[in-house]
Amino acid sequence: MSEGHPSTPVAARVRRLEERLIEARVVEETQLDAALAAMLQGASPLNGARIVARAWADEDFRRRLLADANAVLPEIGLSMAGGIQEQRLKVVENTEAAHNVIVCTLCSCYPIGLLGPSPSWYKSEAYRARVVREPRAVLAEFGLELPEDTAITVWDSSAESRYLVLPRRPEGTGEMSEPELAALVTREGLIGTAAV
Amino acid sequence: MGDFRAGERVRVRAGDPAGHTRVPRYVRGQVGRIVESQGRWALADEVAAGVAEPRVEAVYTVAFAARDLWGEGDHEVTVDLWESYIERARRAEA
Repeated sequence: MSEGHPSTPVAARVRRLEERLIEARVVEETQLDAALAAMLQGASPLNGARIVARAWADEDFRRRLLADANAVLPEIGLSMAGGIQEQRLKVVENTEAAHNVIVCTLCSCYPIGLLGPSPSWYKSEAYRARVVREPRAVLAEFGLELPEDTAITVWDSSAESRYLVLPRRPEGTGEMSEPELAALVTREGLIGTAAV
Repeated sequence: MGDFRAGERVRVRAGDPAGHTRVPRYVRGQVGRIVESQGRWALADEVAAGVAEPRVEAVYTVAFAARDLWGEGDHEVTVDLWESYIERARRAEA
């Protein structure tokens, strides 16, 4: 349930909402617990990191991942079907000339199954309001200084889609195995607030 | 999949619906460019209102220039929008 949430006011609001749904007999406490457990089972940024490592190591996988991510996730034992309905996953690729960053300005849409529970700042009103308006400044505050001529795209995920950033492969990693590559990838890299 | 094609210019309808919608305020009335179709999804506004058989519509990723949204900035912001949220931009707007 919502214990342990980093924001006490948010946790209180979530709990109140849960109680009202239970009072209205929309859902039972045990169903809620089961649904949350199912959603979070296996949810980890290690999943996103594995996707990135395979894309770095396998050009054909990378190309197909960018074209239709849902179709290729089963090849590495992943899927977007963990929720009520299968969500679309759109993977956006960073290049030398272009950088991508993800937000959900209306709420907090996020690929939990691939990245694990979202960081508290991702849900904060400050991040949601500012990153669409001044992404270069916000990224700099995260420690990511992009060259002035890097084109930035902010993806506001407000539909049934979820987004994942494919970071640039770091220099000097040519000899690394896929597990070694995956270990380089961070949750922030998959959101776009870090380089890798 | 819907009427719009990648590269087409569309204007977001400027209404302010009373109930739930997935049109962020900052793109209402703005002109953007279709990036791609995402396939078809039940219209969130009608799902939230408890409509028994909500309309199923094409959803598009639409890119907006920061300068159009905020008057400054050189980045782009993309927003996922249902077909009924947008209309083809008039030639003068494109």
